[in-house]
Amino acid sequence: MLNQLTISKLTEKLSKKEVSAREAMQACLDRVLSVDGKVKAFMSYDAEDALKQADAADKQIASGVSHADKPLLGVPIALKDIFAVKDQPLQSASQILNGFISPYSSTVVEKLQAAGAIVFGRLNMDEFAMGSSTENSSFHTTLNPWDTSRIPGGSSGGSAASVAADECIASLGTDTGGSIRQPAALCGCVGVKPTYGRVSRYGVIAFASSLDQVGPFTKDVRDAALMMNAISGHDPRDSTSVPREVPDYTASLTGDLKGMKLGVAKEFMVDGLDAEVKNAIDAAIKKLESLGAKIVEVSLPHSKYSVATYYIVATAEASSNLARFDGVRYGKRVDGADPLEMYRKTRGAGFGAEVKRRIILGTYVLSSGYYDAYYLRAQKVRTLIRQDFDTAFEKVDAIISPTTPTAAFKVGEKANDPLQMYLSDIFTISSNLAGNCGMSLPCGFTSDPKLPVGMQLLGPSFGEEKLFQIAHAYEQATDWHTQKPTL
Amino acid sequence: MAQDAFDINYVAELARIELTDEEKSKLGAQLGDILKYVDQLKEVNVEGVEPAAHSVRLTNVTRPDEVRECLLHEDALKNAPRQVNGLFQVPKIVE
Repeated sequence: MLNQLTISKLTEKLSKKEVSAREAMQACLDRVLSVDGKVKAFMSYDAEDALKQADAADKQIASGVSHADKPLLGVPIALKDIFAVKDQPLQSASQILNGFISPYSSTVVEKLQAAGAIVFGRLNMDEFAMGSSTENSSFHTTLNPWDTSRIPGGSSGGSAASVAADECIASLGTDTGGSIRQPAALCGCVGVKPTYGRVSRYGVIAFASSLDQVGPFTKDVRDAALMMNAISGHDPRDSTSVPREVPDYTASLTGDLKGMKLGVAKEFMVDGLDAEVKNAIDAAIKKLESLGAKIVEVSLPHSKYSVATYYIVATAEASSNLARFDGVRYGKRVDGADPLEMYRKTRGAGFGAEVKRRIILGTYVLSSGYYDAYYLRAQKVRTLIRQDFDTAFEKVDAIISPTTPTAAFKVGEKANDPLQMYLSDIFTISSNLAGNCGMSLPCGFTSDPKLPVGMQLLGPSFGEEKLFQIAHAYEQATDWHTQKPTL
Repeated sequence: MAQDAFDINYVAELARIELTDEEKSKLGAQLGDILKYVDQLKEVNVEGVEPAAHSVRLTNVTRPDEVRECLLHEDALKNAPRQVNGLFQVPKIVE
């Protein structure tokens, strides 16, 4: 089935003219019709537009455009509802942007299109990217293809589930505190959080501007490298994007690990780490050793403060970024006698509970009398967290850890305890604060029920090549990535 | 760190969000728990540490102050809840 292919396999067939882009796109659409009633990854999609793009891709292939020129030509890629696509709905799964049609496209979407990809669909997510389970979507909850009584993770739950369920060939999401890596781990796919500044945030609805990064969800490591090639690079429209050459990430897929030093942070082997997750990670570490890597103990002493630091910094930035949703220029408006009343009523009616919680917390920590004690202090702890990583990366090429403390939990299990929910990001959050890169890839399953377990690799800033090198070697020596859920 | 009772009414007003009474009591309690949790940051010795506003050291970026292509007027108005004469219409704020 064409929808089950990877980017590399599909582009090979397309370039040999064994299949058409239309057939591949149709296969994905058929799959969505067949399983999305159970998975609910999509909020919406435009089948007609997707097939039109596929036909255009076929025309280009027929006229001689090669995959050397356009590496993603004809590949169906689905998008988290956070990316602006000109003339398409955009609402970050929030009621406050109901009916909003974007007048422009994000840089990453333009780059995917320039590489020939077919971009389709609005994938479900936690509202304004705030959440770890996709239960905070104001639309519906997406379910984990491996067990539909469980969550897929969040906030990019739809992006992870759709790839795991073969509803698309790859997808795009965002990661602010783990929102790519955590759902990738829980759904059994590859997810990459690039170094901050590697990928443009222009046209991506902002949650926390110093933490947000765009990244791919794919079925294997090679595909992730292909996606990173396409979306990375300096963008003058994003003043935080870094003017630095984009390497060919596929060149790192050598399969060779000799001499690589992998760090295991003692602080990450915490209480609350599920036994089966720990066993899978321990086995993965042994496997990496057998492939030639050297395991070194490292320490990240301030990592225990990362969740606390994050919930001050991210909420503060969110309170600022979400101030624009006031009913004046776009989105939902609830009338008031004066503008202030209009803002209060619009925002009260338009934002969900988690969003309100975070905006109010963020407002508080920035408010007069509290700024120094909370926000300023958190920013200093953030420097210490970054320094921990800098020190560790002097000794090792990458750090390995579990991506999540447990496999996917049940719908509703953590929804009433926000703090419990926040702690599920404990391994991913510090690299958003430090800005360095990270990746999650499959490293096993729990036994009953069979649920994916992900391992996380963290690299130094702009050290994505090392992650690809390590991940690819591990992946090719295992078969986790070939297993699919039964839907 | 400040530990006065969290005044949900005051902060909700700053954030311009109208809350129901039920939301106020639920949020107030949850935020109280979260603030207690983040309080552990006061254990950290931050003496002499610079605050990090950015994860990567960046320099400020500017461009020449010249007119460039931007969103067309009509596109900017396309999603307006209320518009009149090519302007966003809002309730009166000035007496």
